[in-house]
Formats: sequence, structure tokens, C-alpha cells
Amino acid sequence: MTKQFPYIGNSEIEQKEILDYLGVKSAEDLFVDIPIEYRDSNLSDVPSSMSEMELVDHLNLLSEKNINLNPSKSFIGAGAYHHYIPSTVLSLSQRGEFLTSYTPYQAEVSQGTLQVTYELQSLISELYGMDVANAGMYEGGSSLAEAALMACRVKNIYKVACLSSISPRYKNVLQSYLIPQSIEIVFMDANNLDIKENEYACLIVQYPNFYGSLEDMEYLQDISHKSNALFVVSADPLAAVMYKAPGDYGADIVVGEGQRLGIPISYGGPYIGLFACKSEYLRQMPGRIVGKTIDKKGDPAFVLTLQTREQHIRREKATSNICTSEALMGLMMTIYVATLGKSGLKQVASSCFHNAHYAADQISKIDGFDLINSKPFFNEFVITCPISPKAINKKLIELGIIGGLDVSDQFNNGILFCFTEIHSKDSIDSLVESLKQVNI
Amino acid sequence: MSQNEIRYSKEHEWVKSTEEGLVFVGVTQFAQEQMGDVVFVEMDDVGTSCDQFTKVGEIESVKAVSDLYTPIGGEIVETNQELINNPELVNNDPLNGGWILKIKVADIQEINNLMTEEEYKSYIQQL
Amino acid sequence: MSEYNKMPLLMDLSRKDKFGVSLSEIDVPLSDLPESSLLREDIQLPELSQLDVVRYFTNLSQMNYAIDTQFYPLGSCTMKYNPKINDQLASLKGFSSIHPLIEESLVQGSLELMFNLQSYLSNISGMTATSLSTMAGAQGELAGVLMIKAFHEKQTSSSKRNIMLIPDSAHGTNPASASMAGFLVKSIPSDQYGNMDIDILKENANENLAGIMLTLPSTLGLFDNQIVEICKIVHEAGGLVYGDGANMNAWMGQTKLGDLGFDVIHINLHKTFSTPHGGGGPGAGPVCVNDTLLNYLPGPIVQRNNSLYEFIEMPNTIGHLGTFHGNFGVLVRAYCYIRALGNEGIPEVSKNAVMNANYIMNKLKHAYDIGFENRSICMHEVVFTARKQKQNGVKGLDIAKRLLDYGYHSPTMYFPLIVDEALMVEPTESESKNTLDKFIDAMLQIAIECENNTELLHEAPHNTPVQRLDEALAARQPNLKWSEK
Repeated sequence: MTKQFPYIGNSEIEQKEILDYLGVKSAEDLFVDIPIEYRDSNLSDVPSSMSEMELVDHLNLLSEKNINLNPSKSFIGAGAYHHYIPSTVLSLSQRGEFLTSYTPYQAEVSQGTLQVTYELQSLISELYGMDVANAGMYEGGSSLAEAALMACRVKNIYKVACLSSISPRYKNVLQSYLIPQSIEIVFMDANNLDIKENEYACLIVQYPNFYGSLEDMEYLQDISHKSNALFVVSADPLAAVMYKAPGDYGADIVVGEGQRLGIPISYGGPYIGLFACKSEYLRQMPGRIVGKTIDKKGDPAFVLTLQTREQHIRREKATSNICTSEALMGLMMTIYVATLGKSGLKQVASSCFHNAHYAADQISKIDGFDLINSKPFFNEFVITCPISPKAINKKLIELGIIGGLDVSDQFNNGILFCFTEIHSKDSIDSLVESLKQVNI
Repeated sequence: MSQNEIRYSKEHEWVKSTEEGLVFVGVTQFAQEQMGDVVFVEMDDVGTSCDQFTKVGEIESVKAVSDLYTPIGGEIVETNQELINNPELVNNDPLNGGWILKIKVADIQEINNLMTEEEYKSYIQQL
Repeated sequence: MSEYNKMPLLMDLSRKDKFGVSLSEIDVPLSDLPESSLLREDIQLPELSQLDVVRYFTNLSQMNYAIDTQFYPLGSCTMKYNPKINDQLASLKGFSSIHPLIEESLVQGSLELMFNLQSYLSNISGMTATSLSTMAGAQGELAGVLMIKAFHEKQTSSSKRNIMLIPDSAHGTNPASASMAGFLVKSIPSDQYGNMDIDILKENANENLAGIMLTLPSTLGLFDNQIVEICKIVHEAGGLVYGDGANMNAWMGQTKLGDLGFDVIHINLHKTFSTPHGGGGPGAGPVCVNDTLLNYLPGPIVQRNNSLYEFIEMPNTIGHLGTFHGNFGVLVRAYCYIRALGNEGIPEVSKNAVMNANYIMNKLKHAYDIGFENRSICMHEVVFTARKQKQNGVKGLDIAKRLLDYGYHSPTMYFPLIVDEALMVEPTESESKNTLDKFIDAMLQIAIECENNTELLHEAPHNTPVQRLDEALAARQPNLKWSEK
């Protein structure tokens, strides 16, 4: 008697019925096309099966090997953010009808997913001030790479300019995607831009930049367009609630990371890449797009549209190879924004701003700690410290605090701190007190 | 090439003479049936020079994208702006209202590389 | 069906000053706001009460088909049951609330999980090492072909090896990924089983061949018993073999692609390893390599150094394709699935997947033609063709839409491209004989309708929340976001 499993639909009796019907002695007979000398599959590195109870104990043990700190004691951002996620997000997105459904290729039975995606496209367009948005990509870094590839296709120029103040991790991803297609990337400083006409497909800017500051968007847009390059912006979607939208600065393509709008931080993923552009470039935009139409009866309905650009039809000439993306995360983001609403989202953005500016003021009052950013910023800034960030963060951990990101490769003893609405005055003051202690 | 005479390419494009030295170019009835509902037509810019049988645009239908090849070489002097808002003209009136490009012919002898109406009819029969 | 059938959107339901959750007040002294030219003037976002939000999304969910509600006979998608325990465990605070940039010594639990998952996947596929950083099958494919490219560039410092051979039966992501990696794609005709034609392969096995991309079993669900020879031919010509692991549900625990000669494969955790599809993601597409490509893996990889788990980069890595280190939340679910099944359960999965597919094939082969000849056994999926029905004016599309009326999601349509009016069915091991019998009955009923009542099929579906959609209108006049009317 072979061990049975609850994930297998047929009982042993039913399995026998099927084998009898097929006229074979055992299932082995169905694998005859595999050459016999390769039929042995030794799974020695895979342990024995577990009961559900054992599985729970095992995973609990594993999770307990991780640090267990309240996020309000954590001050690191740099591309992933701790925010409060309202109860509606997890409760609604975990519904089996959303969670276990397939990509909505059969529109008649996927109106739930399709309408949600249309909502997502609407809110991304609104947040970024852009004409159109797609159904989402994997995450912020690869979305930026896809934006650069799209700019090259649109302009038929295979060189991109990029400010050096973007995330170092985004730089890595850009290079991994672009260099194999023989596309050159030139990194430059905002105050030392050298862009000749028709030399670059685009200028890439992060807004706010990786170190928290707002770039001079008017100036950068002007330079890009004067040299016939697309203005590509990687924009924080929450900062866009408070600060002027990148679309209003004339951005041609805007991408970003949607994690901070309702998606658990989950040790790095799954997240969702946001992607929006001007309507004239719509047909060059990668990813799925949902459109509104009518059905045979004349009722309004949603459907995947402009699919001919995608891999399953265009194949090697597709705008991208992307197939499965992050639909569930897009749902969570939509529920988050719907729940918080206009006032709630504004308040979260406002909290981030005021908490960060208060913290910056308090920290820079400590001897030896200096703020490098000129104001305004949004919710992150860099402080240069009297001793190494490594030493500071080590001491902070002992005090039950996770400090900011070590950016001493760019700024001497620099730490990139982050503040959101989850931090109260008390938790910020407690950080400040702890920083005072580390230098003693 | 005489007025009203239409010639056809293997890729199902047609060419028809208009004023002196100019021709209209479009796709055939057979082509539009194969493609299904046309949703967008992309055309190379006015002023572009093109050799015979080279790509001058793309026709996007719901299910596919087809490359458009010019059945005759020359310079594009006009593109059918009606197709921007009404791409379905390619389906509904492929030989007249659904014309795509107007070309100033470089070498009229190139029509000898194309099929006559009769030749095209038998060509599509055996496809 | 409630009023939500009339499709009001969030902005249509929005009413001034409503909100769905109470937030804490700002308790720090306020700082000066920036100058107004930098600030956003206004933003149009919905304003709803919490109940509005709950009703909106709950009602929308009820317009979706899902594995939790019905059978998805979708070939090549492996729509198996997504165990609930996996979702619960992935949500443990100790996993879900950890920031990705925290120092490794503080995240030993997650890193241990990743390290072990790497080993399990390497073991199951017969490969040396695995990178978990790629976030979907297509991204895993891209990593695979980028590694092949990097390998050749390092070997010869020339770009002569620039051709990737791909059979025309391949999934569209294969040529798309090869293109993104800067390769010239040469699509070659497959045989009627979706397998690579060995003669054509030999013709192309020269100094320009970078590699081939194969799916095994093929996209027709058939195992190529010439696979070992194919790998040999490619290797002898100096090329490498990429394996699309989409059909892993047929071979895991039965054979190993690494043993057969593949140099690199990708795995779809959201197919073979039960992680939920989510309506189009998230997925995860780990990429596994043998010794040849080990040093080129995309980073980061988890390594165990004595008893400490840490991230490392391989010496010739192709770099990072994502900001962090992969879709961790998806990885946890796949880990749980593998631990629950264990080494005893994995072969049972493929065994039952193959049994169920053959059951369907034999029950329906008289009503629907099979998409290939002279083979009586399929693997985990079976390709039917509606060519018999086409003679009566009924297309594969019509049959697929009619099946929706019977309460089943359509099978995969028009894929692979090499079979006319293809309808591909993959039952998976999750389905019981009872479910399969009911599905078979529906298909047989439809086959009869194809003869007597073709109008019913042309106009299908009739019983779904919406009927056939005007896709031409959607593409001609793109309406892609809410706007004020």
C-alpha cells in the first residue's frame, strides 16, 4: 500500500479503476517513453513527507529564527517600506475566487480580475498623472529596465542616460537587462549633464532619488526633450500623492514600485512593478492591458486588449517576454487605495513627510550627525555619522532597533533613514536617544 | 499600367494607378478576411523611400500583427489618415476607402513582378 | 446577480469625505511644507466607507472562476489545488514582516528555507545549483538564455554563437526571451509530436549555434525519446541545451532533466509547486543549472558557510534581474508543498497527473480527434483538435466558450500553434475520477451539439456573467481607465 496524500484527487481504489480502464498493470506502463536507464529518480535531498501539524511546527520554528521586531522599531527603507495594511486588504485578497483564479484570458468568466485590473490601471494613471498604465510588471527595478528597452524601441537609439542618484540595485538590474542587447548606459550627475541631441533614447531619473531628495524635474525634462530623448521617471507612488505628479512634469514613461501601497514587505517579494506612459506610446508598452468594451448583449464588460504586442502572439518580436506578472499584488494595492481613500492616502503621505522632517531635525541636532539633503525631501534622508554605519547599526540592534541603510560608499559614514506613518513621536524620540548613546 | 488596372503581390497587397506616376496601395479582400477585425494600422512616414516588397507598415488585428510590404518601390507621398479613427475601413472597403499608402513610383517596370487579377485569383485558390 | 453586474466603478461609487479605515493622528510637531509649485494641487481618488469596499470586491470576486470553485482543464498551466496551509504559513509574521535589506545574521530562518528550497529543486531536476531570484517562468527563461550567452562570450570572446534554435511548438515566451537576450531566433518546424526534428537540428549544429530551447514533454504533452541524442548533438556542436520546465508535473520524481543532458532549466512554482495563480501572478521561476553554467547564475544565491546562511554572488554572474532576491512569499509556499509531500509524495503527483490525462484522452478520443497520430500514451496533458467539428462550421473557440456554460473553464485554445484548432487539456493530479467523469460527459454532450445545434456553440457562452466580448472595439478605441463622463 503506497502512502496517500490529501492533495491527490483519487483514492487508491479510484486509481486502480483508472489503471484498469486504461488496461495497464501499473502507472509505470504509462512512462514507457522515458528511456529505462533514466527512469530512476533519486530524491535523496528531499526529506520524508510531513503531516500538516508537523509542517506548522517546522515553519513556526523557522520563522522564529528570524528577528522579531515591531516594524515601528525599524528605520530602513531604500525601495521597500513598512506601512500599516488595513484589514480589508488581506481579508478580501485572500478570497479563493481571486487567489486561485487563472490569468483572465477567458474574459466571460474573469470579470472580477479584469475589473480590478482596470481599476488598478486607473489609479496608477491618476497617481502618476499619465495617460495610460498597464496591469503591472514584476517589481520596480525590472520595470525600469523594461522602460529603458521601450525608450530604445521608440527612438530607435540604443544608448540611455541615467542619473547616478538612482538606486544602486536598480543600476544592477538595468545593466543586466540592457547590456546583452548591446545597449550602452551612461551614468551622470544631475549638475553635470552632457546630453547631445539624438544621442540618447532617454534620460532616467528617480523621483525622489535613492537618497531621498527631489531632483529638479523641470530642468531634467527640458534637457531630455531638447535632445530628443524620452524623459523616463522611476517615481515613488506615495510621494506622488503629495508632490507634483511626474506626468505633470512631462514624463514620457513612468515606472515604480507599488509595494508600499498595501503589499506586505515579505522579505523582498512578491511586489508589483508599476508602468505608465503617454498614449502615443501605448502600443510599445509591455505587459498586459485591460480595456473596457461591451459584450454581445451590449452590457459593459472588461477584456484583455492589445494582446498582439505580447509574447503569446508576437513571439520573438514581442514588446517583452513577460507572461505571469503580479495580479494579486495589484488587487491588494487597489483594495488598499480604495480603503484609505483620498483622505487616508493624503494622511499617510503627510505622516511620512512630517515624521521624516521631525526626525531629520532631531537627529541633525546630535553632535557629529549631519543631514546631507537640502529640503524638501519626502520620507527618506541621509545622515553622515561620527562612526561607521556598521558600528552604529550593531549598537542599535542591541537596543532593539533596526537602523537605516549603510550608504557609506556614497557618503562618508552615511546612513539612509526612512520614516513612515507607523512611527510615532515616541519611537522616533527613542531612536534619537539611542543614536545619542552610540557615540559615547 | 492602365487606369483601374490592379496588380497583386504574393503577400496580398494591391497596387492601383491614380494620377501621373502615383499609385494607391492597400491589402486585398483575402488578406482582410484572414486578419480578422483590423484595429490599428501603422504606416511609415510621408517622405520615406521604399524598395519593392520591403516593409512599410504593420496592420494590427485583434489576434495578430501582420507586416505590410509595398508591392512597388518609390516614395510615400500620402498615408490614409482616415484609418487612424476608422481602421475598420480595411475590412469593409479594402480596395477603395481602405487604401493605405499613396506612392510616387520609382520604376513602373516593377509591376511586371506582380500578378494580374486572374493570376491572383488562381493564386489564392490554391492556398 | 446583484447590481454590481452593471459595473459601477470605485469612482462611480465614491462620495465626498467617506473613508474606509481610521488612521492614527500625526503626533510630531509639523514642519514647514515645501513651496506650492512643488506640490500636487489635487488628486482624484475614490472615497468609500469600509462596507462599500468590502461589498465591491466581494461581489467582483463572485464573477471569477477559480480552482477553489471549479475544474480548470488548462493545458500547460497545471492548475492544481493550492493548499490553504501554504498561504497561512507564508503569512507568519516572522516571514511576512521582514525587510529585505536586513543584515543576514538576523534572518537565518528565511535564508535556511531558501537554501533548502534551492537544494530540493536542484535534486528533483538533477541539476547542480538553483537561483530563486527570478520572479516568473519568463524571467527564469531570460536568465537561462543570458547565462548561455555569457558562457559563450567567455569561452570565445566572439559573438559568433548568436543563434538560438527553437521549435515552432514552443511557448511564446521562449523566442521572446531569446530575443531579449540579444539572440537571433531561428524557429524550426517541429515534428507532429512537437519535438525537434533531428535532421534539421543536425543541419544547424555548427559554430553559430549558441543553443536550443526545448520543452519536455513537448507542448503536445509527449515525451521525446530522442532527447538524449538531441542533447549530445547540441553539445558536440558546442551549444547548450535549455529546458522549459512548464511541463514538470509530468516528470518530477520519474526522471531528471539534468540526467538527460539539459544544461539549464527553469521551474514554474505557480504551476508544478502549487503556489496560487492570483489571477495572473505572483509566480516564481527559479532557474537551475549544471556544472557548466554554475558560475553564471543570477544573484543572489544563498550559501551555507559553516552554520551561517548568507547571500553570495557567483564569480561570473549575469547579474540581478530584480531589485531584491526573488518572490519570497511564493518561495515559502513552494517549500511547504515540497515538505508536505516529501520524497514519497512527489512521484505520486506525476503518476496521477499522467494517469488522469490518459483517462481523459481515451474517454474522448472517439468524439474529438487527437492532435497527433500513432501514439497511444500521452503524459500529463492531451491535445485534441476540433478539425472534425470544423467541417460542420464549429471552431475550437466555440467549443471552448460552450464549455463555460457547463461550468468548466475552457481548455487551452490554439496552442501549440502547430495543431489546427487545438484544445489542450491538463487535468492535474488534484482532480478526482468523479470530476473527470462529469467533465467528460460535458465534452461528449458538446460533441453532440456540434452536430445538431451549431448555433448554440457559435453564440456561446450563454450562462456566464457576460457574453462574448467585442474585442475589436476594445482595441480600436482603447478605454483603459476611469474617466469622468
